[in-house]
Formats: sequence, structure tokens, C-alpha cells
Amino acid sequence: MRHRLPELGSLLAVAVLLSVLPFTLSDYNISLVAQVGIFFVAVLGLNILTGYTGQISIGHGAFMAIGGYTTAVMSRDHDTNLVVTMLMAFAICFVVGLLVGLPALRLSGVYLALATFALAVSVPQLPLKWSKFLGGSGGVQSHRTVTHLWLYGAAWIASAILFALAWLILRGRIGRAFRAARDSEIAAVASGIELPIYKTLAFGISAAYAGVAGALFVMGTNGFAQPSEFGVFLSLQLLVGAAVAGLGSLWGILAGAAFVGLLPTVSGSVPVIGSAHGRNVVFGAAVILVMLLLPEGFAGLLTRLRRLARA
Amino acid sequence: MVAAATSRLESLCSRTAVPATSLLLLAGATGLLVGSLRSSIFAQLTVQGLALGSVYGSLALALVLVYRATHVVNFAQGELAMATTYVAWQLIQWGLSYWEAFAVTLAIAFVLGTVLQVVLIRPVQHRSVIAAVIVTVGLFILIDGVVDWVWGSALKFMPSPFGTKTYDVGGVSISRLYPGMFLVVLASVLLVWALFRFTKLGLAMRAAALRPAESALVGVRVDWMLAIGWGLAAVLGAVAGLMAEPSQFVLQPTLMQPILVYAFAAAVLGGLESPAGAVIGGLAIGVSLTLVVQYVHPITSDLQTPVAFAVLVGVLLLKPSGLFGQREVRRV
Repeated sequence: MRHRLPELGSLLAVAVLLSVLPFTLSDYNISLVAQVGIFFVAVLGLNILTGYTGQISIGHGAFMAIGGYTTAVMSRDHDTNLVVTMLMAFAICFVVGLLVGLPALRLSGVYLALATFALAVSVPQLPLKWSKFLGGSGGVQSHRTVTHLWLYGAAWIASAILFALAWLILRGRIGRAFRAARDSEIAAVASGIELPIYKTLAFGISAAYAGVAGALFVMGTNGFAQPSEFGVFLSLQLLVGAAVAGLGSLWGILAGAAFVGLLPTVSGSVPVIGSAHGRNVVFGAAVILVMLLLPEGFAGLLTRLRRLARA
Repeated sequence: MVAAATSRLESLCSRTAVPATSLLLLAGATGLLVGSLRSSIFAQLTVQGLALGSVYGSLALALVLVYRATHVVNFAQGELAMATTYVAWQLIQWGLSYWEAFAVTLAIAFVLGTVLQVVLIRPVQHRSVIAAVIVTVGLFILIDGVVDWVWGSALKFMPSPFGTKTYDVGGVSISRLYPGMFLVVLASVLLVWALFRFTKLGLAMRAAALRPAESALVGVRVDWMLAIGWGLAAVLGAVAGLMAEPSQFVLQPTLMQPILVYAFAAAVLGGLESPAGAVIGGLAIGVSLTLVVQYVHPITSDLQTPVAFAVLVGVLLLKPSGLFGQREVRRV
């Protein structure tokens, strides 16, 4: 237990910080930190898939869309409790993720990345076709909306629960199987690991996380689920978040989530370049710089710092 | 024209093509020819689809060149093409004629592509697939922002390079634009192919891409060859951008985004490693999307992309490395 102390300590510190923050921040800043929580869930989910089993997905925005529409439609038609819709988003996206994971078994590397990219491009088009049920380009309005504080609480409680769940899954038998599949498929099969089961399972879990993030995301946009909110850019943002966090580690995810959750919003107010396009210039340049300077992401930076501290 | 183009492309790829795939292509080309002879709307749509398809194909070819050279999927390829199209617009505003601006733009694109590879890609190239992909994603966002910053997001208009006349072929009227687009793209693709096939530089570039260590041993400057590969890809992208602009009639920062998506599909369909496959994939996607939206009624233009990708994923499931790709065989 002793060697876990620094990790437990930092978790506790983050938890304390997050529970104090709402008392000190303005309402707008609370919504920003809630946004980070939402990205935390999604980036965590993507990291389980891409970081631990090595299957690159550029399509997690699509799972967020499915989760988000689940919340909006259930709330609109049945006035379902929003927390219950989050559970439904989890379950539905888990099943969809398993279904997507099955064909993904035949693909690997770049081909899988591009096939999931196809998912990211296609799913936001579906509401336009079935506009009666899914609201067309105007979107679906949930029956209820939530305050920023409620969203903050929901996002970070969900983050805590899902982080603990991810940690439990990844430290045990399943996590070892995931990592074995990533490092060498042949060695994994030779050690008796049923690759199809574990690779599909990783897809399901990861999609379920994205679904919860999508449900929260929709609550964060005043209960509006709109196709334009779930475009390709969102999927790319998630992948950037996972890479900046550091693939295959749980300890950089907060940094990755803050990077993609805050930077595009905050950098909109950059002087000199102006607002609207300043966002993209700063965000794009930051993404490139971070990848050039920290190829292993923030988790890699932490490992390096720890090694320095020990030496 | 359709059959001639297809067969020319087919001879391009005869070494890698699988007989079944060539038969399929032949059947498709015959179908298009027969349809075009029977219905003039079908003929018009076919020509239009081929023109759009050639644009997808040339951007797909750019992706394939980059992928073969550096094993990077360049998400910024489309935005790079969009940026160079803005450069061309600016040159025309400064008083150059269209084709002068065209030539200068291609030169600028070449330099830009080369510099980007040296400055941004070379440092991450040997690290991991994902690091390089993320850098190109960052570049995508950055170029978008810079273009918006320099030129603003208001719509711009360029003069059409081919005029507004129409041809009359056996009762079918065809806008000069589409054959023009098709021929310009085809010419540039053939030039790039000839460069790779018949020059010493091309040979060195192919060697550097396929066997970097061995080529370095025989004196090929591998790093520079890879950078030139990126430059050539940027040139092909610039051609795609310049030819895409008249087909959409306006110039705006989102010009290449839908085209990039189809170019990805085309490149994957052809098998990412196969240049001829990318061009054929682009043509196939251009023609079939145009025809499907017109003739298959449940599929409206909203469903165009999902259907294209459903087909793509279907192909990948049957042939996980594309129609013209070769399966990697690994020794355990």
C-alpha cells in the first residue's frame, strides 16, 4: 500500500480542490470547470480503448452524440429523471460500442482510425434524415434544464465513479488482457487470452463512458442536443485530449481534459489576433507544441518528474 | 471517355490489381457507358461525378503519397489545399491571370509542404503513429485559424478557369467546367506518376519510402526525399483545392472539409498504399455518390455520407487492407 501513497494523496488533493472550488468561483467559471469534468469522462473512456488496447478511435464524438440524444429524447418524451438518462446513455452506448467493436476486430491501426472517423462523420447526419424523432438540424430540446452547479456536481461525481471503475477494471485480469493485446497480439493469444472478447469489451466500456459524457454535454448546452455540436471536431478534440493526457495511463487525464475543455474557450479572448479565429490559432499551435515537447503527454511528464525526484 | 479513362488508370495499376477487382471496374465502366448512351441526364451526372471524383482522387493521392513516405495520415491535407486556394485567390486579386496564379500557387504549395514536413513531422515521425496524427490534427486547427485570421470568413469568389460555355455531345449538353476539372486533375496525377516512375529523383523517393535504411546506405538522402514527398502531396492537394473551388462556386474556409472526408474514403478504398487505388477509389466514390443520390430515392443527400461510409466499412470487412492494398504478412 505504501507505494500507492503519492497517487492516493494526489487523488485526495484533487477531490478536496474540486469540492471547494464551487464556493469560490463565479457561475460562469463553474460551468467551465464542469465542462472539464465532462471531457474528463470522455477522455478517460477513449484512453481505455486507445491507450490500453491500442485501438485508435477518431469516432468517440459519435458515441457522445448517441448518449446526448438519449438524454434529450428521453427527457422530451417521457420527462425521465436526468440521472436515469445518464445510466441509459451508459447502457445504450455500451451495446452500440460492442456492436461497433465487432467489425473493428478485422481492422487495425490506420484503417480502424479511418473507419471510426467514418462513424464520427456519419452519426451527426442521421438526425437530419429522421428529423421527426431526432429533431433535424434544429435539435432536440430536453424537458428539463439544470443549473451550472448541478452540472458541476453531476459531472465530477460521474468522473469520480467512472475513474474508480476504470482503475478497478484496468488493474486486474481484464486490464492485463487489454495491455497484452496492445503490446503483442500474438503473445496475448499464445498466453490464452481471447482477443475478440477483450477487444470488443474495451470498445463497449469506452463507448459507454463517451455516452455518459455526451449526456452531460447535452445538459451543459441548456438541454439542447444538436447535430452541429457533435461534429468531427469533437471527436478530434477527444483524441487530442487522450494524447495530451498520455495514452495508457490514468494519471494525466485531468490535464488532458483541462487542455481540450478549457483552452478552446479561454483562448477565444486572446488579444492581438482577435476573438473568433484566435481560438483556432492558439489551440492548434498549442496542440502541436505539446506533442512536440511531450510526446508521451502529461502522464509521461509525471513519470519523468518522478524519476528525477527519485534520482 | 469514361471507359478510356478507367482503362488508362487500370493499366497504371496492372501490377497490383487483383483480377476480380479489375473485372468489377470493367463492369462498372460498361454500366456507366451504357447508361450514358440511354439517358442524357445519366450522362451529365456521370461526367459531373467523374469530375468531382477526380478531385477526391487527387486529394486521396496526396494522402497516399504522405502515408507511403512517412506512414502518417495527414488530417491537415485538406486544410492545406484550402489555404493554397486562398493564396491563389490573393494572387488573382493582385492582378495575375488565373493560370499564372495557378502555377505560382503550386510552387508555394510545394515549399509549404516540404517545410511543414521538416519542421513539424520530422521530430515526431519516429515516435508513434498517434503523435504524428495529433500533430496533423493540430495543424488542421491552426491552418483553419490562420486562414480565418488573414482572409476572414466572408465568402470569396474566383473567376472560373474554364468559362461558362457548354459542349453539346450527341444531344447532351455538358458544362465545360467538368471535363476541364477532370483533365487538369488527370494531367497533374499523370505528371506526378511519371516523376515517380521515370526519373532518378522518383526512384530515390520510392526507395526512401519503402526501405529507408537500405536507401541511406546507397547514398539516398532519405530525409530530403520524404520532405519532397510531402511537397508533392501538397502540390496535388493544391490542384484539388483549385479545382474544387469552381465546382462549389465560392471560396470559404470549409471548402475542403467534405472533400477530405471523401478523399479518406477513396484512399482507404484503394488501400492507402496504392496510388492508383486512391485515384480509382476517388472516381468510384464521385460517380457512385452522384448517381445514387439521383436515382435511389430513400437516400437523400443527408444520407450521402453515411451510405458512402457504410459501403467503405463493408469493403474493409471483406478486404481489411482495401481493394488494391497488400496484406502485410508478418513473421512471428
